[in-house]
Amino acid sequence: MTNARVFFVGGYLSYRALFNWMHWSYYIPTMLGAPVFQVLFFAYMGRFAEVENDEFFVVGNAVQLSAMAGIYGMAMTVGGERWTQTLSQLMATPANRLPLFLGRALPLIANGIITSAFAFTVGWLLLDVEIAASQIPALAVVVAASAFACTSLGLVVGAIGLRVRDVFFLANLVVYALVLFCGVNIPLESLPNWMETVSRGLPLTHGIEAARAIADGASLAEVDHLVWTELGIGACYAAAAFGLFKLFEFEGRRRASFESI
Amino acid sequence: MRTLRLIWVGWKFHVKSLTLSGFFIVTSVIQPIIFASLAYLLFRIGAREGTLLYVALGAGMMGIWSSTLFGSGGAIQWQRWQGTLEYCIAVPPPLLLVIVPLTLATATIGLYSLTATLVWGRLFFDVPLDVAHPVAFVVALPVTVVGLGLLGLILASTFVLYRNANALSNLLEYPVWLVTGLLVSLSLLPGWVGPISWALAPTWGVNALREAAIAGNPWPEIGMCLALGAVYLVIGHFALQHFERLAREQATLSLT
Repeated sequence: MTNARVFFVGGYLSYRALFNWMHWSYYIPTMLGAPVFQVLFFAYMGRFAEVENDEFFVVGNAVQLSAMAGIYGMAMTVGGERWTQTLSQLMATPANRLPLFLGRALPLIANGIITSAFAFTVGWLLLDVEIAASQIPALAVVVAASAFACTSLGLVVGAIGLRVRDVFFLANLVVYALVLFCGVNIPLESLPNWMETVSRGLPLTHGIEAARAIADGASLAEVDHLVWTELGIGACYAAAAFGLFKLFEFEGRRRASFESI
Repeated sequence: MRTLRLIWVGWKFHVKSLTLSGFFIVTSVIQPIIFASLAYLLFRIGAREGTLLYVALGAGMMGIWSSTLFGSGGAIQWQRWQGTLEYCIAVPPPLLLVIVPLTLATATIGLYSLTATLVWGRLFFDVPLDVAHPVAFVVALPVTVVGLGLLGLILASTFVLYRNANALSNLLEYPVWLVTGLLVSLSLLPGWVGPISWALAPTWGVNALREAAIAGNPWPEIGMCLALGAVYLVIGHFALQHFERLAREQATLSLT
């Protein structure tokens, strides 16, 4: 019961504590405005380079945008605690660490799905990329799986935030790496072999592949292996994050580094 | 003479200070390299004929815009957080001369981007680095930086009136990349985008660099960059005065 409370109430309060995000003047430009232009930028870049079509870029970027909230949000929940000097208090609580940090991840997964849905809508309204209504539920499942996997990677970033002072540096790096490696804007088969190999171990790659197949008319059953792989990758990152949280919590206590800014 | 010395010392100080920031290293080196790699790969597999140098210069310019946008957009807010804004305003020189070196420095840091994308392109994508008009290129570079730095002055003096300046910076990164034709030809965009792009220094800056590098006449673009810089300076001056008056009246200088 206590763990459930920590998971739901703690996660909700932590999300609300991202004050900037909760205010419309921050949320709309960052979580909705910037994605519009990201989709347009890459779609036009594809047109200019004469690569693929608008649908390729809309689907790739819309799914990728589900990563934004998860990765930056998790970095901010830990980095923010450090910045406001409350990380020590958080680490001093007897609360179980699993619900404590997973609870913080849940609202970010929901946020990622909203951002992604908005990007798909923008693609439909501004670029005439039409996805059959019958495909939307399957697409929603894929986006949810990708948002989960990316938030799990965000948990790893957050865990590293217990150890390093500037976790936002790492969060930026991870988001850009996902854009480059995961076939968001470049067909996977066109990437150098080593990049394609790396991409297979990252979240998003399989999600984007599944989303593109669904947008082209495939059923969820036809791409279920990709969805399960995406979920499996997400679970691996979540497990790694839990181990890192344990390790860096121990290290942080030993080095008294929770309050260093 | 004292004015020039103030600008020089301030610029040098801020360039050093920004160079030590992890965030700016990501913005001005790693991010442009990633976008440049994306662009190189896209243009390699695409059907369009063209030079990779065109792409490299555009990608480098993207980094100059990003560092100007995030650096200048938050310039005054940073001073406020650090508790130094009161001193910046209380010192005898006008606030304009205190802020301009900072905004110029944020654009200068962007030169890391251009260097990084060109070197990266040369090493891993065989981008030819033959510059057709080296003298014009060397002139175009600082002029572009000054143009963007002075545009940064407008960002610094207006964003500060907005509670979440950082959000505005997040919003404006991609659209300016798009409408200034850094990686996408303006001819592909709707006609109404044209006048917007003409009012933005990055449009003229990147065209000047491309004309100088790929053969052409860069001097009209260099002239436009300078003219726009002068316009930005006037607008920035009045915007800064407005901010200073408001901040003094409402006693919000130290408000964090």
